[in-house]
Amino acid sequence: MADLAIFMLRTWEALPEVLRFSVVTTLKIFGIILPLILVVAYYTYAERKVIAFMHARMGPNRVGPMGILQPIADTLKMLLKEVIVPANANRFLFILAPVISLIPALATWAVIPLNETFVLADINAGLLYVLALTSMGVYGVILGGWASNSKYAFLGAMRSAAQMVAYEIAMGFALVGVLMASRSLNLGEIIRAQEGTVLSWFWLPLFPLFLVYLISGFAETNRSPFDVAEGESEIVAGFHVEYSGIAFGVFFVAEYANMVLIAALTAILFFGGWLSPLQGFPGLENSILAQPSFGWLASKMLFFMFCFLWSRATFPRYRYDQIMRLGWKVFIPITIAWIGVEAVMSYMDIGPWA
Amino acid sequence: MNILKTFLLGELTKGLRLTFGYFFRKKITVRYPEEKAPQSPRFRGLHALRRYPNGEERCIGCKLCEAVCPALAITIESDVGLDGTRRTTRYDIDLFKCIYCGFCEEACPVDAVVETRIHEYHMEVKGENILTKDKLLALGDRYETMIAADKASDAAYR
Repeated sequence: MADLAIFMLRTWEALPEVLRFSVVTTLKIFGIILPLILVVAYYTYAERKVIAFMHARMGPNRVGPMGILQPIADTLKMLLKEVIVPANANRFLFILAPVISLIPALATWAVIPLNETFVLADINAGLLYVLALTSMGVYGVILGGWASNSKYAFLGAMRSAAQMVAYEIAMGFALVGVLMASRSLNLGEIIRAQEGTVLSWFWLPLFPLFLVYLISGFAETNRSPFDVAEGESEIVAGFHVEYSGIAFGVFFVAEYANMVLIAALTAILFFGGWLSPLQGFPGLENSILAQPSFGWLASKMLFFMFCFLWSRATFPRYRYDQIMRLGWKVFIPITIAWIGVEAVMSYMDIGPWA
Repeated sequence: MNILKTFLLGELTKGLRLTFGYFFRKKITVRYPEEKAPQSPRFRGLHALRRYPNGEERCIGCKLCEAVCPALAITIESDVGLDGTRRTTRYDIDLFKCIYCGFCEEACPVDAVVETRIHEYHMEVKGENILTKDKLLALGDRYETMIAADKASDAAYR
């Protein structure tokens, strides 16, 4: 047994550096993606439970105790169903679209720092990478809507494309505010710039940008109250009406993965990521609670993920022209104004940005 | 002032607070097969034809129920019975046509046709939706105690 272990170790050391690096990275990728998929699966369950509870209902409670196996049953069901490609649909793009919408949602996790040391790719322009990849998501929606050869799908795709483009801008400006405050595009550096107590996290000095970012995040992921892209009452399900089986499932996973991602980004950019809110609290200096850890990031993410469901259970759907008005005429001016204020304050060395 | 309110999302947080309160409310769901909602003795479910305690059919073939039925779900044919009285030879209720209004029950002068409180039934084969006289009488025999109890509890209000 020991011989075998030594042999394995020797073989491992004998491998070329590139190969070893790619093996380790692949393992890390699986270490991120698999739990993420599981979180996404149970996020759908959490959504149904939370909304049901807010309606004074039970929610799914048939599959397993408290319905805990519901997402597994759903996945199985979707895997077993037929993927129907509509007549005259562009077959290649039709199949490609869900994949295109899923890839950015997963790929963005490469730059998300999960704790102080673990980040898959610690690149300098992390924030830029995030912006670039989240904008890619809209292609999946447009391609899916167009390739379906269906008017409902096309209308849904047009709506969500216009909406995502509009809110992308406000979101980008909100991120500009963050990077001005932290003076770095690296997500780890951004978190370190927030070091201190709860009050030194960016949500307080950048409060308007935080609100804009969170609400744009709802709009960006086409979630309620901005879910006109799906608009059950008008266009059935929007861009994915024609999708069935696991092709639909992939769109579904992409949507939820995007929500988890927005929650993670909000936690990182405005709520100090893995920093502990009890840091510097008298009497807790040496306790584990005051240490930065993945647990803090996870609990902050859980809170924002809950916010997604909470607002879905609370607010009615926005009218389409109001969505556009909010995006172009309210959010973009607010963010630009706040960036101006921030720039002046930063230049004159006042405020927390000095 | 109004602008400040709008930008601080006052009304939105009010709504969020309300739904958050509901999150912890008692759930009102009735978990159907295990729990059941209370049922009135007047519940109008599956039909039945009753008999008198001596075993004689109540139905006298007056066809009032057939006449009153708004959905034309009842078909009756009658003839002279063995004892010289008028009896039905055919009494069919089409459950697919029936709208469970209960008019047949109200029209019946002898309380022969009734709607029981049974609502958990199904059809598996085409044609099972027609309740024939035999089936209706069998249902009446089987649930007579329940039907009699329901009638008795409602008698005071009639």
